[in-house]
Amino acid sequence: MEMATGNRALQLEEKLIFEQNSPGMTAVDLPNPAELTNVKSRLGDAARKDPIGLPGLSEPQVVRHYLRLSQKNFAIDGGFYPLGSCTMKHNPRLNEKMARLPGIADIHPLQPKATVQGAYELLDMTAHWLKVLTGMPAVAMSPAAGAHGELCGLMTIRVALEARGDARQRVLVPESAHGTNPASAHMCGYKVEAIPATGQGRVDLQALKKKLGPDVAAIMVTNPNTCGLFENEIIEITQAVHECGGLVYCDGANFNAIVGRVRPGDLGIDAMHLNLHKTFSTPHGGGGPGAGPVVLSEALEAYAPLPYIVHGKDGFDMVEHVADAGNDQPFGRMKGFHGQFGVIVRSLAYMLSMGAEGLRQASSDAVLNANYLMAELSDILTLSYDGPCMHEVLFDDRFLKDTDVTTLDFAKAMIDEGFHPMTMYFPLVVHGALLMEPTETEGKATLDEFIGVIRALAEKAQNGNADDFKAAPIYTPRRRLNETKAARTPVLIYQSEQAAAE
Amino acid sequence: MATLKFTEDHEWIAIDGDIGTVGISDYAQGQLGDVVYVEVPEAGTSFNKGDEAAVVESVKAASEVYAPADGKIVETNKDLEDNPGTVNSDAQSAGWFYKIKFNNAADIDGLMDENAYMAYVAELN
Amino acid sequence: MRYLPLTDQDRQDMLVAIGAPDMAALYKDVATEVLLDQPVDLPSVKGELEVEQIISGLAAKNLGSGAAPFFLGAGNYSHHIPAAADHLIQRSEFLTSYTPYQPEVSQGTLQALFEFQTQVAMITGMEIANASLYDGATAAAEAAMMACRITRRNKVILSGGLHPHYAEVTATNAKFLTIDIVTNPADPLAQEDFSAQIDDKTACVIVQNPGFFGQVRNHSELAVACHNKGALLVVVVTEIVSLGAVLSPGDMGADIVAAEGQSLGNALNFGGPHVGLFAVRRKYLRQMPGRLVGETEDVGGKRGWVLTLSTREQHIRREKATSNICTNSGLCALAFSIHLTLLGEAGFTRLAQLNHATAIALADKLDAVKGVEVINDTFFNEFTLRLNQPAAGVVDALAENDLLAGLPASRLYPSDKALENLLLVAATETVTPTDMDQLVGALEEAL
Repeated sequence: MEMATGNRALQLEEKLIFEQNSPGMTAVDLPNPAELTNVKSRLGDAARKDPIGLPGLSEPQVVRHYLRLSQKNFAIDGGFYPLGSCTMKHNPRLNEKMARLPGIADIHPLQPKATVQGAYELLDMTAHWLKVLTGMPAVAMSPAAGAHGELCGLMTIRVALEARGDARQRVLVPESAHGTNPASAHMCGYKVEAIPATGQGRVDLQALKKKLGPDVAAIMVTNPNTCGLFENEIIEITQAVHECGGLVYCDGANFNAIVGRVRPGDLGIDAMHLNLHKTFSTPHGGGGPGAGPVVLSEALEAYAPLPYIVHGKDGFDMVEHVADAGNDQPFGRMKGFHGQFGVIVRSLAYMLSMGAEGLRQASSDAVLNANYLMAELSDILTLSYDGPCMHEVLFDDRFLKDTDVTTLDFAKAMIDEGFHPMTMYFPLVVHGALLMEPTETEGKATLDEFIGVIRALAEKAQNGNADDFKAAPIYTPRRRLNETKAARTPVLIYQSEQAAAE
Repeated sequence: MATLKFTEDHEWIAIDGDIGTVGISDYAQGQLGDVVYVEVPEAGTSFNKGDEAAVVESVKAASEVYAPADGKIVETNKDLEDNPGTVNSDAQSAGWFYKIKFNNAADIDGLMDENAYMAYVAELN
Repeated sequence: MRYLPLTDQDRQDMLVAIGAPDMAALYKDVATEVLLDQPVDLPSVKGELEVEQIISGLAAKNLGSGAAPFFLGAGNYSHHIPAAADHLIQRSEFLTSYTPYQPEVSQGTLQALFEFQTQVAMITGMEIANASLYDGATAAAEAAMMACRITRRNKVILSGGLHPHYAEVTATNAKFLTIDIVTNPADPLAQEDFSAQIDDKTACVIVQNPGFFGQVRNHSELAVACHNKGALLVVVVTEIVSLGAVLSPGDMGADIVAAEGQSLGNALNFGGPHVGLFAVRRKYLRQMPGRLVGETEDVGGKRGWVLTLSTREQHIRREKATSNICTNSGLCALAFSIHLTLLGEAGFTRLAQLNHATAIALADKLDAVKGVEVINDTFFNEFTLRLNQPAAGVVDALAENDLLAGLPASRLYPSDKALENLLLVAATETVTPTDMDQLVGALEEAL
């Protein structure tokens, strides 16, 4: 039954801010001191002439607007996200408090260095944790996200190879890799070639060896890989690449499976980005911000980008210019200022809280939880590869064959049951992939409830209730949305009816 | 009467003399889902066989369309800009992408005819 | 450990259900010689109290803008953030939600980003804006790469008024692609003239307004000069509040705007995370990097929003994507949008006027100090002083007395002796008359 307002008790409709404009209204009262009125403009001939057209609202209206919007979102604070390769773990609230401390939030990156020694020390402390956890001698702290870290790692590799007079043109990327991998390689000027997977979902070492040669700059591996499996031949892989003179980049998105238990440095990795917003609990914020520091091997450390912390004679210093880099040869700068300090603070608060044993227990629980899902679901869903899995488990849509229910339909039905869908259609190496990563912050009761729901849905699909799946979700603020229409006729900004008519 | 040929990449070519009209097959549009955008080449551009000549996009995928033989683009289907859905509703006729003048009309001879293509598709499933 | 809900009993029960004797069995694919049998050499688990003590201890070694008169800008500005903005971004559903790939359970994020895109397009005077990039500097680099794709040329001209970090990031990206960067010397008086440099190999010219040294210019003629040669004009804005008082890049004829949104909704945060704003002319839509939110309807005919035009992006096009970017600056973009919604037209323009008037008042006071000269003909809320001695030493001395006097140009131009006496000073609405008098007094003493 539809209400006249479209509301449904606590589920409230909310218009756009542009549709709630009270001309002249503002929710910010600004001072109006006498000495600052009627001041003659110093903008030359560049003063704004026309109004902007921004809507004006009062504070109560603004608060209500965003409160109502927030209520339409699923969030990890509220429910389970079994999203493979995203590591949706709990975001500790302590992190938020620490990021807002005076002396943390209100410092400028270019203040006199003596006035921000605590900030430099914080960056250095976090760098130390990351180096010890990964067994690597150096880390570039400035990349803003995982993909940015990949780019940084590849740039470092390319510069290192050129420095030894051995520039190469090709980068090898497994078929199962995340799309950012080949995109990053391309942005670094490399040609990308795919490496096939074995029937066990891992990099085909023999096929890789056939592709190796003096023209291969690097391989980009993910370990554990995007199928949720540990590359059991990783050491042979890195050795083979090193033997032909290439270097090894590792996508560290899945580090949550092995943090505190396996060090990439021991596996022959030369560069690996860490996703602080995955393994290290910083919040996803609806899409960002993240941070993607890159740990580097001895072969690469001299080429890390600016800026970076060093221990000077008077305390900490930050090297911001090539001229101050001494024997190092930084290749340039990835980002304005120093990187994602606010995100780094949050990750440090988490690392300090967990401690060495806590992180080790976390990865262990993450792997345990994923294997539990595998054990309880692989008789009814189709498991893509034999286990054990690492922190995530991969199923494919063979169990939906002849049901007329697709992976997408299955995912939408999960929503009505109160779960965010798992990662769907990734990795591309299986058909209709369903990739589930529970993380260590879900308890057994939640997992059991989830297992019960998935089993029931799988049975329901196999018993021929496709129509129900096609109609899902039905209880959400919006039902399935027309993505074709959105792409064919893009409407990307609000236009009032009046403006549209003109 | 134009001869109709098909490639293994699911393109059709309707050949009239040395001009070929190129599009994607009905099977291909079904696989792709709702087409939201087609990137057609500029008239006057030359391609070698196998070069990427156009891109057809659905919501979740983008597929390259290759030049079936060496030649030069003489005309493109302007209607697709506003009506990309024509590729779904009428892939093998009104949903054509571009017309290409082949350097050597004989280059097309080796391609599959309609029966051979249907057999090829049946094999894929 | 407070973030781990599994009990030992749970762990045992689950191993039984899995049929594994122990955890080692689950790690069997890891070669034993690389499987650590002990925790690594790092401190043990800590409770909140201990963590707070450690991080507060680090914070205490920093002099923040809350504890000292503060005049730094140079692309990172200290503005007052309304209480409601910081409160709202801490709603669990905004803070801890994922990227809106499942639109039915993400309408909050999607609607907010649609509003954000609209606000960015409005203030920049452009037709389309994306859902944000990492920061202004990477946005400038993306703009350069986009201009090269559109024009199929590879020469990019950088203004001498462009923030050095923005120039460095753009140059770093260009180094790995076949893009030639033409740099121009630092331009403290904003007098540079590009007319000879723009040719039919030029993909774009990148200028910053207000410039790094503070000057405000109308770049309409430059836009025409670019377009006459088939090149694009990219305008960078590092102080987004300026758009409340300054002619918009769109009105000047810009093709791409790459801006930093940090000034609204986001604290200084020692330089990050920030929020890159990116806006373009509609005809260039398909070459635009980054996420885009579009309006549509659901099966019930109700208006809603989705991520759209994803075929530009890495997860579909892989190596043929417009960029490798995967995240946007989500929460920072939301903070920007909430702050701008609270301000509204009246508040945003008033805030800009207040910044401008404050800066004028300070500039006039400083210009009267012996050994100090304001070199700008125009400025918004940041201007450059020429001192009678190198600025870095003066700033360090003032900092020892808890006064953060601004940015010596030499910090970003260490080898340019002609700039070593220059000091960038920003005055936002947070600067009080007492602050101004303290700065004036301190400089009178020091010079």
